[in-house]
Amino acid sequence: MAVSNIGSRPGKAKTEFRGNLLDELWKRQDVSGFISDADISTLAQRFNLADIEVEGVVSFYHFFHRKPTARFVIYLNNSIISETKGFVRIREAFERETGIMTGQVDRTGTFALFLTPCIGLSDQEPAALINFFPFTNLNAIRVKDIITALRNGASPASICDMPENNIRYMAPDDKSVFFRKFITGSAMARAKEIGAAAVIETLKQTQLAGRGGANFPTWKKWQSAMLQPAAPKYVICNADEGEPGTFKDRVLICTQAASLIEGMMICGYTVGAQYGIIYLRAEYRWLKHILEDVIKEYKEKGLLGKDCAGINGFDFEIRIQVGAGSYVCGEETALLESLEGKRGEPRTKWFFPVERGYMQLPTVINNVETFCAAARIIEMGAAAYLKIGIPGSPGTKLISVSGDCKRPGIYEIEWGMTVAELLELCEAEDPYYIQVSGPSGECISMKEKYRRISMLDLLSRKDIRCGGSFMIFNRQRDLVKILLNFSEFFKKESCGVCTPCRAGSFIIQRKLERLDNGLANEKDLEEIRSWGAIMRDTSRCGLGKTSTSSLILAIEKFHDYFEAKLDKEFNGLNLKFDMEAATKDYEKYKT
Amino acid sequence: MSKFVEIKIDGKVIRAEEGRNLVTVAKENGIFIPSLCYYEHIEPPLGTCRVCTCRINGKAGPACTERVMEGMDVEVNTETLKDTRKAIVEMMFAEGNHICPACEKSGNCDLQHMGYELGISSTRFQHLFKDRLIDFKPTRMVMEHNRCIKCMRCVVEVKTADGKSVFNYLNRGNETYVGIDYQQEARLSEEQALQAMQLCPTGAIIVKSDIMPKPFGDRKFDLQSEQKDYNSNESIVRKRISEMGKKKIATISLAGCFGCHMSLLDIDTELLDMVELVTFDKSPLTDIKRFSTRCHLGIIEGGCCNAENIETLRLFREHCDILVALGECAVWGGLPTMRNTIPLSECLEEAYLNSVTNEPGNHIVPYHEDLPKLLDRVYACNEIVKIDYYIPGCPPDANHIWKAVKNLLWGEAYSILYSEFKYD
Repeated sequence: MAVSNIGSRPGKAKTEFRGNLLDELWKRQDVSGFISDADISTLAQRFNLADIEVEGVVSFYHFFHRKPTARFVIYLNNSIISETKGFVRIREAFERETGIMTGQVDRTGTFALFLTPCIGLSDQEPAALINFFPFTNLNAIRVKDIITALRNGASPASICDMPENNIRYMAPDDKSVFFRKFITGSAMARAKEIGAAAVIETLKQTQLAGRGGANFPTWKKWQSAMLQPAAPKYVICNADEGEPGTFKDRVLICTQAASLIEGMMICGYTVGAQYGIIYLRAEYRWLKHILEDVIKEYKEKGLLGKDCAGINGFDFEIRIQVGAGSYVCGEETALLESLEGKRGEPRTKWFFPVERGYMQLPTVINNVETFCAAARIIEMGAAAYLKIGIPGSPGTKLISVSGDCKRPGIYEIEWGMTVAELLELCEAEDPYYIQVSGPSGECISMKEKYRRISMLDLLSRKDIRCGGSFMIFNRQRDLVKILLNFSEFFKKESCGVCTPCRAGSFIIQRKLERLDNGLANEKDLEEIRSWGAIMRDTSRCGLGKTSTSSLILAIEKFHDYFEAKLDKEFNGLNLKFDMEAATKDYEKYKT
Repeated sequence: MSKFVEIKIDGKVIRAEEGRNLVTVAKENGIFIPSLCYYEHIEPPLGTCRVCTCRINGKAGPACTERVMEGMDVEVNTETLKDTRKAIVEMMFAEGNHICPACEKSGNCDLQHMGYELGISSTRFQHLFKDRLIDFKPTRMVMEHNRCIKCMRCVVEVKTADGKSVFNYLNRGNETYVGIDYQQEARLSEEQALQAMQLCPTGAIIVKSDIMPKPFGDRKFDLQSEQKDYNSNESIVRKRISEMGKKKIATISLAGCFGCHMSLLDIDTELLDMVELVTFDKSPLTDIKRFSTRCHLGIIEGGCCNAENIETLRLFREHCDILVALGECAVWGGLPTMRNTIPLSECLEEAYLNSVTNEPGNHIVPYHEDLPKLLDRVYACNEIVKIDYYIPGCPPDANHIWKAVKNLLWGEAYSILYSEFKYD
């Protein structure tokens, strides 16, 4: 079976397998710069769909365009870190040099300029993708040089940057789990030696839990997939690292692709799966060849394919699916939908993916870091792993550090490190507000700097559980602007299916704008808290549930800051109502 | 043989067949869990509207995506949950541009019904007024995107004979809308088109030509409602007029049509009581232009569309102890907000410059220092001043108004009938 057909169901040969739709759309997007009406109709016919269904898929992903773009498509990152590093100046520079405004295409079809949320380069912002090649640490002069070079015929591939890995810290005394030397095949050989049951036992002992941020015990997931009778089964690697400020998976793919592949193989071997799929976010297309090379190498060595790793009857193949620009596809069930060639709308929890996942078959989905950790744990054994970290939270954790610090990059900390220690390591500059685990995570103030980072006390929230990122903001930064950036992000990235997330994010943003304009009073803060709680309780997936958590926490933890922003004279009359602004449109008819 | 299990809903023990849908099981046992997207035979359930949010084994989640299991403990009617569900429906009103008085489906609309059922008189959220399309292009239908709540029913249910979709979500985030495939829509039979219209819980899918099957005013939900009246538990003791001190009321119509003031007159014989109990100060009814004294109650009809409205409204806030927004326009902007999604200049130029009925040679937009200045959009009263109470309706039912006024001024207990509580 050809690798690109992995996942197609046998016996339904007539219409093309819908899982290929995203790839087909990418082909057209790459060749002509957009997807035309004719493309839509052709594809609809090929996949036996109504045009509107293809249209629905195209319009869901923001890297697909329905109008012609250009030879060079620039995606400038507008995440909050980029904003603090000079986003506005860089955008102006791009606009000046290309002669077009953001969101436009120039007349000659040479340049198109768009904005996109975090592209996983927060340690080297401002950054942009041009034809999906990375350009980092931008400044106005560099922008000018890039545009001139492109005009003069250079290809983005030839002038792009190779982003630094910036691995700043590894747990000392040879305690690094992820970045020690990895010998091809070693982890898989060990798994074969101890057998599937022992793999699960080892993961149980070492308490490995989902590193995408959900902290679900990995052994439980693998075990329930193992016990499913249906076949074939799938192992899916979630490499859709969309949480702004997070870039650990990027660095893992750059440096540890082999341990990732092996983690997936061990999982496949343990649960009895045949196919592996890596769902790679489109922002990381420039990393695709690294994964492809490793997969090729593994195949050549007989580690992937039929009877792989010398295990009779263990056939395992891995393919890569590139996403097309959607944060919510990092949610596991949305990712499944996307893999099936649909809009990335999270499913209801009617079935769990281990019961009915990809193509309604048993599926294990884990994050890049989880697979890498699993491979390493099997390789080094439970005993060695348990020596690292703290009791109840063994091992290490990768943290992407960015923002106002001297040494942004990847920190492999032992679980149990305090915030203060980490801030010292990265040489944070006058830290005031720290966003942990991205906009959907929690924010902390310096009053909490002695909190540990661990997997313990998830409910009491004594320790900080961290999905993988620390964004540091100093006292000069405007909190409301940070939170507005987040709310804009959620408003755009909501899949749009459930009411509280689709409408709620919009409503909360309006409220924040009120606050920003000095129109809010104490009652508005209360409302934000109460509405945020409603969104948390009613949203369909994690996106909506967590989208207001930072905001609510910020109001609590930085109350003085918000207090100073309020309209204190409010006495039932909204005197700050800006009559001049409201009548400005009409004034132009004054003769 | 199906297995029976025991579950608890609000403490009540219920025996039900294992694996059945919680909303249905609750309904069969006389417990109403509000829901909008839920449609019994769609499986897996859609779980899009989130109106059926309950607490299931201590965890908040929608009831419609739960299967009944042994020992399940469900909370439905706690104060917090009731408020949460109300908030979700309010969000739908705030997000869409739902103008009930101008809607064909009014009186026959699930969303409106849910609003009545939950007693929503105003939304806590500011309306978003997003510009949305009314799509006349389909052969049989009109897609009124202002009214769509994205419940997904039509996306999943409406298919052509060969299984092609007719509706699908387009875009994402706050730009999401339900698109219609013109080609496939044309292939639907008349009957299928009608079914699609009926499937839609609001007035977003309207079949062209005849076809409102029931006449206006025939309101099926008045008969089907769970909630026959509001506040029905209070035993109502009418106060004697002699016990009730005389109160002062001021009224005004801002960006309204005076319809709410007209409705006031419909209390018929109670007008005689009213004359005894109330003096009107500043009001179009008395033609008193200026406040002569502080009033107990101010009644506002209409939202704010110009600078003068704003000044008047502020004046009312300053001179009245209690301020009531009367009617849809005062509550959230109402009909005049139809212009809110369109830039002011476009509206004015359409009306005064480009209109076909425009007098030739008369090409100016009125502007004079004596004319109130138009605002960029129509504002709800509560965006300008604090509003204490809301009476919805277009116009509100006369009895509703009078009962509310009596309650506010003299504390007389009241019970508003379901049929007196309306948005249109």
